[in-house]
Amino acid sequence: MAIFDEELNALRENVLKLGSMVEDAIRDSVRSLVERDSDLAKEVIKRDHLINALEVKIDEECVRLIAIRQPMARDLRLITTAMKITTDLERMGDLAVNIAERAIELNEEPLLKPFVNIPKMADITQGMVRDALDAFVTGCSVLPYEVIKKDDEVDDLTVRNFEELLALMIQDPKIIPLAVKRTYVAKYLERIADHATNIAEMIIYMCKGKMIRHTSIIEDK
Amino acid sequence: MVDGEKIFEIRDFCVYYGDFKAVSNINLDIEANKITAIIGPSGCGKSTLLRALNRMNDLIIISRTEGKILFKGVDIYDKNTDVIELRKKVGMVFQKPNPFPSSVYENVAYGPRIRGVKKKSKLDEIVENALIRADLWKEVSDKLHESGLSLSGGQMQRLCIARSLAQEPEVLLFDEPTSALDPISTSNIENLLQELQKAITIVIVTHNMQQAARISDYTAFMYLGELIEFGDTDTIFVNPLNKLTEEYITGRFG
Repeated sequence: MAIFDEELNALRENVLKLGSMVEDAIRDSVRSLVERDSDLAKEVIKRDHLINALEVKIDEECVRLIAIRQPMARDLRLITTAMKITTDLERMGDLAVNIAERAIELNEEPLLKPFVNIPKMADITQGMVRDALDAFVTGCSVLPYEVIKKDDEVDDLTVRNFEELLALMIQDPKIIPLAVKRTYVAKYLERIADHATNIAEMIIYMCKGKMIRHTSIIEDK
Repeated sequence: MVDGEKIFEIRDFCVYYGDFKAVSNINLDIEANKITAIIGPSGCGKSTLLRALNRMNDLIIISRTEGKILFKGVDIYDKNTDVIELRKKVGMVFQKPNPFPSSVYENVAYGPRIRGVKKKSKLDEIVENALIRADLWKEVSDKLHESGLSLSGGQMQRLCIARSLAQEPEVLLFDEPTSALDPISTSNIENLLQELQKAITIVIVTHNMQQAARISDYTAFMYLGELIEFGDTDTIFVNPLNKLTEEYITGRFG
C-alpha cells in the first residue's frame, strides 16, 4: 500500500477513535445522571482533555497531509471532511461535559421524577454518532441519510420533555430550579444530535461531492 | 472574442501514426480567453491533440487525421487552409526553451521581420511590447543584443513566449512549458499565462496536475487516446465524475 493510503487509513482510525471517545462520554454522562453516579460524571469531565487533544492532533495531521500530499478529489474530500467533523465531535464532547456537570448538581437533590425521555434521547443520539462514523469509514450508503432523519425524533423528544417538565413546574414552582436543569440536559442532547446531523451531511459531501447543508430537501440517495 | 465563444470546435477527431490510432474520436470545445489544460498519463495522446490544433503533426510524415477541427468556424484540415497563417494565429511553446541562436532582440523580431515589418522603430516597438507582455522586459532591456541562449532557463522560456507574442497570436499552445524549470520560474510562467489569458486563448498540456488545478479554467483528461472527462477545473479536481479521472488525479493509476 502506498504511504499516502496508509496515512489516510491512520487518519480514518483516529477519527473513529475520537468518535468512540465521544460516544463513551455521551453514554457515561447520561448514565451518571440516570444512575445518580457523580463519580462517573467527574470522570467524564476529567476525560474531556483527551478528546480535545485528539481533535488537535487530527487537525494538525489534516493540515500536514494537505501541505505534503496536495490531495485531490476523494482524498481532498476525505481530509476536509475529517477536519470538519472533528470540530463537531469535540463540541459533542463539551456538551457531554455539560451534561455531567448538571448531573453532579442534580444528584445532590432529590429525584424529581424517573428519567424517561432523556435516556431515550441519549440512545438515539449515540446511535446517530455511531452510524455517522460507520458511514465515514464504509462510505456511500443510506446510513448518513438515516442519521439526518433521526434528528427529528430527538427534536420531538426535546419538546415533549420540556412540556412534561413545564406542567410539573406550573403545579409546583418550588421544583423550577431542578426542572430547568433537566430541560438543559435535554437541550444538550438535542445539540449533540445536531452535531451528528452535521457529520452525516459532511459524509454525504465526502461520498458524493455535493453539499446538502442548509437545504431542506434530501433527495437523490 | 466574445466571452464564452468557442474558438476551437474539435469534432470526431482522430490522429493516426501509421496504423496506430494515437487520438481517438475527440469531441471538445475550447473556449476563447480561457485556459484549458489537457492532462493524462504519458502516451495518452494529449501532446498529439495539442499539436493537431496548429497542424504541427503535419511535420510527421506518417501521421494522418480524421474528423474536423474548426478554428473560429473554419476547418483547419481543409485543403485550402494556409498552414503558415494558421500557425501565426495559433502559436506554440514547447517543453524545452528553444530560442534561436541569435540575440534576444532578433529572437523576437524574427517573426515580424519575415512577415514584412522593416522599419526599425516599428520593430523596436514590437520587440519591447512582446517582451513586456512576456514579463521579461525588465530583466533583458539592457541586454537585448546578447545571445538569447545566455539567459536562464526561465528567461529563455519567456523569450520563446515573447517570440510567439510578437506574431500577435489568438491562441497559444503550451506543451509542458515548465517541466524543465525551477519552481520560481514555473511560478513566473504560471502568472504570465493567467495574465495573457485576458487577451489570448491558452491550451496547455501538463504532467503537473497541481499546475493544471492552479491555472486552468477547464481540464480535459485523456487516456489511451480518448477524452475521458472534460469539465470545469474545480469539478475535475474536487469531484470528478469518472472513475478513471479520479484514479489518475489521486495518483492511484493502474
